[in-house]
Amino acid sequence: MPLTHPSRVPRSEPIPIDVRAADHLRYIRETMESAAEFTAVPGWGGVAMGITALAAAYLASLQTTPSRWLVVWLFEAGIGVAIAAPAAATKAHRANAKLFSGPGRKFLLSFAPAIVAGGLLTYVLARAGLYTALPGLWLLLYGTAIVTGGAFSVRVVPVMGLCLMLLGAAALFAPGNWGDALMAAGFGGVQIGFGLWIAKRFGG
Amino acid sequence: MARTSTAKHDQQREKSASLGTIGGNAREAVSPNLDRLIHERIRLGIVSALAVNRSLTFNELKGLLKTTDGNLSVHARKLEEADYIVCTKSFDGRLPKTEYHLTGKGRKALERYLNHMEALIRATRER
Repeated sequence: MPLTHPSRVPRSEPIPIDVRAADHLRYIRETMESAAEFTAVPGWGGVAMGITALAAAYLASLQTTPSRWLVVWLFEAGIGVAIAAPAAATKAHRANAKLFSGPGRKFLLSFAPAIVAGGLLTYVLARAGLYTALPGLWLLLYGTAIVTGGAFSVRVVPVMGLCLMLLGAAALFAPGNWGDALMAAGFGGVQIGFGLWIAKRFGG
Repeated sequence: MARTSTAKHDQQREKSASLGTIGGNAREAVSPNLDRLIHERIRLGIVSALAVNRSLTFNELKGLLKTTDGNLSVHARKLEEADYIVCTKSFDGRLPKTEYHLTGKGRKALERYLNHMEALIRATRER
């Protein structure tokens, strides 16, 4: 990305101080973005998680009871963690960075709150029998976690989170039987697409 | 010889650029608290780039900031003298390799600078 240096001020035209300060802040942000080679988000890990999510969506759609459907997705969540954790650690190691310091630590600290909230809400909604609300909730909160965690990462990461949030919002208002398809699109399609992009542009 | 004249030219230009970036009627914004050392755009770029990397080589910084060898050397030296960055020289095979790292002092200076700019924006918009 070409860096835009803070522009020089034409002597005849006064530039407001806040505009000039904002210009400097933008320059710092753009320099950091261009220089940031390491993102804690593993691209190939995201692709793998996307593939398992597609399989989970298919399996979940075959289930005859809501509780079995929930078990399939909870199992998929466990697989996702099992893929993401070593993938992120491997990527950090390859980038000669520590996973729990710097960008990786910031990502995890910002990522975790929405996931914890999602876990608690899943328990409450499942106990109340509101299974149809879960796809929207999961996509929305996972997307939120990616957006907040991605605020400290390369720009493509929060964009991925935003896509997941949009699908989550759609799932909240869509018919209940669209849940698996929307989760296949989000946890599957979005993660595979952005995972490939991250892997290609940001070192795996 | 050419390199020396480039460095002198850069130093002269730097004096005007430092004020010029705030310039115009906004010149009063350069308060005594502003860290003039990293206010200059190339030095600000070096510190910002190193803030998100454990280290960067001379060539990586040069490509990133789209500047010349002489310009980067002069500005990096100033940051080194202030202990904002550390330079390590080694050999990669037969090729010399110069790497820069941001120090704790440099990171704090960048944080102070960011806070200063944000405070400037807030103060101006609250008027």
